[in-house]
Amino acid sequence: MTRQPFIARNPSLLIFLACLALFTLLVTVFSEAMGTGLISTSFVKTLGKTLCLCLVAIAMDLVWGYAGILSLGHFAFFGLGGYMIGMWLMYARTRDIVVTSMANAEIPPTDAEVISGIGNQIFGVVGSSDFPLIWAFSHSLTLQLILVVAVPGLLALVFGWLAFRSRVTGVYLSILTQAMTLALALYLFQNDSGLRGNNGLSGLQNLPGADAIPQATISLWFLWASALALALGYGFATWVVSGKFGSVLRGIRDDEARVRFLGYSVEGYKLFIFTVTAIIAAIAGALYYPQAGIINPAEIAPIASIYLAVWVAIGGRGRLYGAVIGAAFVSLVSTWFTGGQVPSIPLGFYTVDWVDWWLVLLGLSFVLVTLFAPKGIGGLFDLITDRQSPMRHGQDLGPDQGALQEKEADS
Amino acid sequence: MRVFLLALAAILSLAPSLQAQSGSGNTPVQDLLQVHRALIEKGSRKSIAPAIDAIATSGLPAAQTVLQTWQSKDMWQREEDGLFFRAEEIAKKTYRLYDFDSGDAVGDYDKDALDQLKPNSGVRAMIGTALVVFQLSDPDPARRRDALDALQRDAEASHLAPLRASLEGETDPEIKARKEQLATLLTLRFGADDTARIAAIESISTDISLDARAALNMLLTTSREIAQGPVPQGVNVAAILTPGEDMPEAEAYAMLADKGLAPPRLSPDDIRNTLAAHIDGGKVGGVPLAALNTDAARATAYAALVEAGLAPAQPTEAAIKEALAAHTIYDAYAEPSAAVTAAAEDALAAIKTRVGLNQMLDLALDGISLASIFFLAAIGLAITFGVMGVINMAHGEFIMMGAYTGYVVQQLIPNYTVSILVALPLAFAVTFAAGVAMERLVIRWLYNRPLETLLATFGISIALQQIAKNIFGTQARPLTSPGWLDGAWVMNDVVSISYIRIAIFVLALTFLALFLFIMKRTRLGLETRAVTQNPRMAASMGINPDRVNMLTFGLGSGIAGIAGVAIGLFAKVTSELGSDYIVQSFMTVVVGGVGNIWGTLAGAAMIGFLQKGIEWMNPSNTLAAQTYMIIFIIIFIQFRPRGIIALKGRAAGD
Amino acid sequence: MNFLKNTLAGSLVMAGLASSALAADDTIKVGVLHSLSGTMAISETTLKDTMLMLIEEQNAKGGVLGKQLEAVVVDPASDWPLFAEKARELLTVEEVDVMFGCWTSVSRKSVLPVIEELNGLLFYPVQYEGEESSKNVFYTGAAPNQQAIPATDYFLEELGVEKFALLGTDYVYPRTTNNILESYLKGKGIAEEDIFVNYTPFGHSDWSKIVADVVALGADGKKVGVISTINGDANIGFYKELAAAGVSADDIPVVAFSVGEEELSGLDTTNLVGHLAAWNYFQSAESDLNEEFIAAWKAKMGEERVTNDPMEAHVIGFNMYIKALEAAGTTDVDAVREAMYGLEVPNLTGGTAVMLPNHHLAKPVLIGEIQEDGQFDIISQTAEVPGDAWTDFLPESAVLKSDWKDLGCGMYNTDTNSCVQIQSNY
Repeated sequence: MTRQPFIARNPSLLIFLACLALFTLLVTVFSEAMGTGLISTSFVKTLGKTLCLCLVAIAMDLVWGYAGILSLGHFAFFGLGGYMIGMWLMYARTRDIVVTSMANAEIPPTDAEVISGIGNQIFGVVGSSDFPLIWAFSHSLTLQLILVVAVPGLLALVFGWLAFRSRVTGVYLSILTQAMTLALALYLFQNDSGLRGNNGLSGLQNLPGADAIPQATISLWFLWASALALALGYGFATWVVSGKFGSVLRGIRDDEARVRFLGYSVEGYKLFIFTVTAIIAAIAGALYYPQAGIINPAEIAPIASIYLAVWVAIGGRGRLYGAVIGAAFVSLVSTWFTGGQVPSIPLGFYTVDWVDWWLVLLGLSFVLVTLFAPKGIGGLFDLITDRQSPMRHGQDLGPDQGALQEKEADS
Repeated sequence: MRVFLLALAAILSLAPSLQAQSGSGNTPVQDLLQVHRALIEKGSRKSIAPAIDAIATSGLPAAQTVLQTWQSKDMWQREEDGLFFRAEEIAKKTYRLYDFDSGDAVGDYDKDALDQLKPNSGVRAMIGTALVVFQLSDPDPARRRDALDALQRDAEASHLAPLRASLEGETDPEIKARKEQLATLLTLRFGADDTARIAAIESISTDISLDARAALNMLLTTSREIAQGPVPQGVNVAAILTPGEDMPEAEAYAMLADKGLAPPRLSPDDIRNTLAAHIDGGKVGGVPLAALNTDAARATAYAALVEAGLAPAQPTEAAIKEALAAHTIYDAYAEPSAAVTAAAEDALAAIKTRVGLNQMLDLALDGISLASIFFLAAIGLAITFGVMGVINMAHGEFIMMGAYTGYVVQQLIPNYTVSILVALPLAFAVTFAAGVAMERLVIRWLYNRPLETLLATFGISIALQQIAKNIFGTQARPLTSPGWLDGAWVMNDVVSISYIRIAIFVLALTFLALFLFIMKRTRLGLETRAVTQNPRMAASMGINPDRVNMLTFGLGSGIAGIAGVAIGLFAKVTSELGSDYIVQSFMTVVVGGVGNIWGTLAGAAMIGFLQKGIEWMNPSNTLAAQTYMIIFIIIFIQFRPRGIIALKGRAAGD
Repeated sequence: MNFLKNTLAGSLVMAGLASSALAADDTIKVGVLHSLSGTMAISETTLKDTMLMLIEEQNAKGGVLGKQLEAVVVDPASDWPLFAEKARELLTVEEVDVMFGCWTSVSRKSVLPVIEELNGLLFYPVQYEGEESSKNVFYTGAAPNQQAIPATDYFLEELGVEKFALLGTDYVYPRTTNNILESYLKGKGIAEEDIFVNYTPFGHSDWSKIVADVVALGADGKKVGVISTINGDANIGFYKELAAAGVSADDIPVVAFSVGEEELSGLDTTNLVGHLAAWNYFQSAESDLNEEFIAAWKAKMGEERVTNDPMEAHVIGFNMYIKALEAAGTTDVDAVREAMYGLEVPNLTGGTAVMLPNHHLAKPVLIGEIQEDGQFDIISQTAEVPGDAWTDFLPESAVLKSDWKDLGCGMYNTDTNSCVQIQSNY
């Protein structure tokens, strides 16, 4: 059998890229900076952030939907990416301010005075003025960009190596990743951690040296960058899961022991996918937080990573577009509901105010999706394309009960 | 008028027998109060002393009443004439005034016509100290205790004699013991003769109470002094400090400079400011301004200024050494007698070891207490997760439901004891029902899909949390423990533990016993173990696995509800109560070893003690303790993935 | 799926347009930016209700400048990035004339860049750590010198405290406040080893060790006092443990900066009688205005509700804004800002509050003892203290001052006579 070209084997990639391009074009046309101004700058930012969330959802889908590792730590990597870029943004912007203000002084400042001035401005808020060690590279964009990839990547590598090596699997691994996230969040909450504790890094939307450029334009730049990153991420993920590597991953998900007996290094595969997805998450975070404007430890609390799993599950695991749909749909609907713009439902004796009840709705719909529609929203596409699941009358696919059941293992 | 009154007050205090109405038409004590009216109205600790002293030493029979009334915030001032009275509220906003001397009612007034005097607690303490002499031999034991409390807080040398005198007639053995102890403490601080003081010091060298240590430490207060040349004669020296060894040289030199004994070392800021002050045509000391952006260039420019005599020179290292060598820095005791301070040092050293041991004991008690809280939170999980293998992320919300049940019961039943007794079984019932409902509706469909169970129960968890917020609001709700659980079991001033924590400990032990009993001795336990090990085989033996799973899950959830009541009693009831404990609870079960209650116990103990241990090492940052504990657990699981007590052989399954 | 996203996006935009189209042009729009859900909801919802009540009352009086006021309420859900997003939405989509909002420092810092960029106006009603002065923010809560410093003075002078335990939740306000206090206490001759500092996480509940540590401080015979910047729910466990350990206010007094009437309503206060709190307002303050305000509040919200300090800050801020509107005759931010300086409105404790050129208020400082009924007995009240944006007790800040009226600068270095920066550091 001759191998079909990559694109032909993955028709969804082209459709996805086309939709993404169209979406970006439409937003640009309707934006305040370039077009009619129908879409406000704050909504452009929301859309740009949503694209980043879609990217981290793809990472989650790779690691959970394809490799079967329910990581409750990927939002921690996302946040770490944000912290790394945030350090440079804060440093560079504060440096501009300090240099300008010191230029007024009669005696020109020494380098040490400039640095202590920057430290004073950044850490004055949290009652300190010295630069902690972890800010050593913050003066350089290049180094800090490398750290965006390196820090979460290394953390994932070390953590994954320890965990997979000792064969921690399934729910144990989930709990362990959750503990890692909690430890990281608690660590960052401390002022002593050197990343401004609970306040986190703020003012990230103001790019250094770009004071003259309106936020409307900057928000559009970030939207484009996020769209590009999403496109690349989607392409990369499609490539990873379409080949032999993807088959092995799915094999590990369905029956780890069998794959191991076939001679594959299960731990190596897992470690690779865990680390790569952590890096993707970090890149998404590095694009997300300059649009959000502020990053603080609350962002990486364990609950955020669980929400990530929720998005992917609602969108549909084991298919990349499912993850994207889930993240975009849930986060936008969430914005809509908490925005207070949904009309309340008066029941006579009680008024259902969606600001209060939205989380209840989300929680319950999540239970319903898990119970009745394990394929998530993505399952609707199977109905449209008339794709049939193999009927094995509910038999296990693997030898154990713990293995995946037929109804969720059809992708 | 003021002078006249002063004179009058003086006469009156000299002649207390002249009880008749004075010229102003007021009683003597009222006149005295009027003399000090401004001070009393101001009510500041800094300035009030003359007023209190005047009343206390006036010798007037009403003095004690006045002071006591004032102290208890019952003294009011009539706005129209500024006179002071004792007041009682007889109706809303209406007060009846009483004269101090006669105790007769003067009349009823609206609150607007009166001002309440509100002595702050500093002033109240001073009044208390002034009252000591009146109260030491008061017939009312409560008053005598007040006097001793005041003495404990703030004793003066003048109190020693009356205290000793009051020992004689003391009948109450408990108060007498306290008086004797206080007499010892006062003797060692204020006693006239050194032998008596040293004897007193030695007599308390085994006493670890705060008062004893405070008294000894007060004897040992030191101040840091500098002398030119050797230490002067007649100073009771505690230690002589060598710069570079006992204290950094820079700090020592800064001390010299502060006292004006040496020229100060110049900071980079000083240098910059001096340079800025001597700018001359775009140059300083011959160096162009633009080049002054390095420390080296600044040093050159500054040296030029020094040469020109425009700035003080930076002291050289040699000069610093010389200045330090010429002076002696030493700590001197405020207490002049060396024998007393030596005895006090010895006594304190002996006490310190005891205190250290007791602190360890206290820390251990804290650790046990924290462990029992973790255990209580985790024991329900040990059933649902440990035995059944169901990941229930909503477990924390069951704990919360239990706590809110306790709160609601307390709203309905005002008696705290009864309400707790009702709340415990009711919390069990509520969460048992919730657990059974959840098992029926959700979990039973997902038994083979543990990851899905995790996510579905998480959905339930956020829904429950939000519902709790919608019903009860986000504010913390009070769950008050009954009066007999107030307070603490105090072994001594170092070791104590609150009764509520003891109760939680007992509750945890009870549940451990209950768990063991149910699992090992009852039909349900047997069936549960059978269903867990091999459901198909169990079913063929006539056991209904559905029913067993349902009951077991309900049991685990019910225990979570009871844990909720206990946790609410010692902390607070909020909708986030559960999520505070959920990760720790899972950790406890996983670290201890899944499927074994002793493992859970070991896990809880380990986590509790570990956290307290880390807190002890780093007392200023509790958050760090939690972080390091979790990191430790992650590493621990690397080495014992199956927990402390791992099941072996076939029982372990996979 | 992009179809879906676009539809959704479209509908959101439409919703935004529709709501702004509905609003008539002849109203003055007041944005209310307080969390109505999430962890801060309890505190902030009260402030939202206060604002709605004030706006309603003002409209009943005929509005201002011949226009009615219209409240635009959004919910930033205790999510700090969302504060920035919602602020941008309020300013650009809803085009509000003024905003009242935020509680935590981090939410304010999140909003700052947005309102400075878009030249908005924010009234911030909560006591905070200072070290900030933005052109676009009026700080109606207390700066450290209006709460922390007077309370410490009270400890030093009135209670004779010689040894301090500074207990706080680990975030910016306690960190900065404790930093200022440490430096202040050292200046007052308290030795470094006589200052014990501890930070605990939000919602901390296991206090036995810390309370034991504080009690043990008394071992050297010096009087110990606790200055608590413990936030929110954690206070409940802390006070319960204090009561259980039998620590009476006479032995170890505790003064709290974050515990008010609202927080005490979740506690049984019988064991806490005599401990202290420092604020600019207590419900028990005796004045006619206060009685009216409490009556109106209870009539609207229910008999069991209490009033607190940030509510008074909003009352002052709102009244000042109305006055400034009348003086400026327009809602233009810069004109209103100019009109604000030097404005005086009566505060609820019986004096007047003045808006200073550094965007802070002059307010009296009150110290109250906790009573059995959960109210405070006011035992000390100072004259009006002018709020200080940059503290005098930290060397870096002592040289800074803020004067938007004459110098037009929020961070002016009096040593070098130059403006350090016009925009705030976030």
